[in-house]
Amino acid sequence: MGWLNAIVQGLLLGGLYALFATGLSLMFGVMRIVNLAHGDLAVVASFLALALVSGTGLPLWVVMVVTVPLFALLGYLTQRVLLQRSLGAGPLATLLVTFGLSIVLQNILLEVFSADTRTLDGGSFATASFHLTDSTSVGYLSLTTFLLACAALAGIQVFLSRTGLGRMLRASADDRETASLMGADSRHVYGIATAIAFATVALAGLMFAMRSSFDPSIGPSRLIFAFEAVVIGGLGSLWGTLLGGMVLGVAQSLSAQVDPALTLLAGHLIFLAVLAFRPQGLLAGRAA
Amino acid sequence: MTLLSIRDLTVYHGQLRAVDGLSLEVERGEVLAIIGANGAGKSTLLRAVAGLNPPASGSITLDGRDITRMPAHKRVPAGIALVPEGRRLFRSLTVEENLLAGAYRGRPGAWNLARVYELFPWMADRRAQNAAQLSGGEQQAVAIGRALLSNPALLLIDELSLGLAPVVVRRIYEVLPDIVTAGTTALLVEQDVSQAMRVADRLHCLLEGRSVLRGRPRELTPEQVEHAYFGIGTAYAGGTPGKGGD
Repeated sequence: MGWLNAIVQGLLLGGLYALFATGLSLMFGVMRIVNLAHGDLAVVASFLALALVSGTGLPLWVVMVVTVPLFALLGYLTQRVLLQRSLGAGPLATLLVTFGLSIVLQNILLEVFSADTRTLDGGSFATASFHLTDSTSVGYLSLTTFLLACAALAGIQVFLSRTGLGRMLRASADDRETASLMGADSRHVYGIATAIAFATVALAGLMFAMRSSFDPSIGPSRLIFAFEAVVIGGLGSLWGTLLGGMVLGVAQSLSAQVDPALTLLAGHLIFLAVLAFRPQGLLAGRAA
Repeated sequence: MTLLSIRDLTVYHGQLRAVDGLSLEVERGEVLAIIGANGAGKSTLLRAVAGLNPPASGSITLDGRDITRMPAHKRVPAGIALVPEGRRLFRSLTVEENLLAGAYRGRPGAWNLARVYELFPWMADRRAQNAAQLSGGEQQAVAIGRALLSNPALLLIDELSLGLAPVVVRRIYEVLPDIVTAGTTALLVEQDVSQAMRVADRLHCLLEGRSVLRGRPRELTPEQVEHAYFGIGTAYAGGTPGKGGD
């Protein structure tokens, strides 16, 4: 394990952080909702996949193909039914609703799956790797995760910049009232933004579940990574989020090279430094 | 033929009764300008027609269809487009993206990107620029182009001249005849009275939410307009004083 290896692993991990953080950034950018249940949603996706795999015996990739669209639909409904009502009551109300959702989700998971720590078995794929150089080996799982994350981010970017609905999402982030003057129904636009957020968080949750173990209460500590990636990269910029995720990933894996106990602390310190010296983020820029 | 008909409309702006029992009609193919001092209720009236401020009472009819309670986003396909006060371009979108945003739920019609670029030739060269980098006058032109791309039957323009140099304002107003010829009716709110008298077919002067003077610019004397504008006594007796009536 050399320094180069640490950087490569950090970059690959950063892709996953970015994917995980995208939904948080999108929901804040478009609706000004800070979704405190974001981490728990990833964990719900993990458990759902676990239940589907053990319950139906379907291969993992099929479960993923089912879970992600299901979460998108769930996201749309959550926005229309739950969050939309609280939006009119101001930012504090939405914060409380998502906080409540976070607690409810954790307790449902605890009730259904118990407090045991689980992993999602990705089979030989999750452990196999190939050598990049003599000292650097790349796991198929981390590489796939990274590529999927980049593909998802690129897909969202194309959607936001090339389609009419994507344009309205960005327009609504700038100025909701004027967007309604263009014929955009903000409830629908918000629903779409939440659907994308839920789909990406589900994908990220499944990836996390194959990399490391999870339990019903791990959501909030995962949420920290998403917040850090978003803040480091700069709010409201997809590429900023990718950069933020990578900075976070590299900081963690480099410090783990020095002392494994420093892993999380190093990430938090980078986050703190960015907040103190460049609060607009590394790539402050255009809205989501 | 009447395109827009407003009857006894009352709209509140916060606690203030900004539009007070106002009635007016806009004929198809004309340019109607609403003038009045600050706080006369002009902008609130336009916002109510666009669906942003729900009226407390009264009715708004477009083309014989009651749209009083229709939400703003449904009025665009119905044929209404508002150029809002202060331009309100989407700051993180490019010029072209701003224009295309107007076409999001627009109606089919004569206006498309190419046609807007024809109307404002400079815009084509700067289509990839961020809207926030444009000057005030340029932003106003983009805001008008954006509204046109929805192919509105009724174009509402709120305070076009606000914060712009008179020469810039005049240049933007020069395109208005082209727009009307293409089949769009225009309802303007304008603080600059001389500008409004130059471009409008008919004028309405608002005072404290009521229509106090109306008529064709040619038929109104500067005194009448001035007195109606500032609400000086009954000095507008020579015109057609109409307290909320049409």
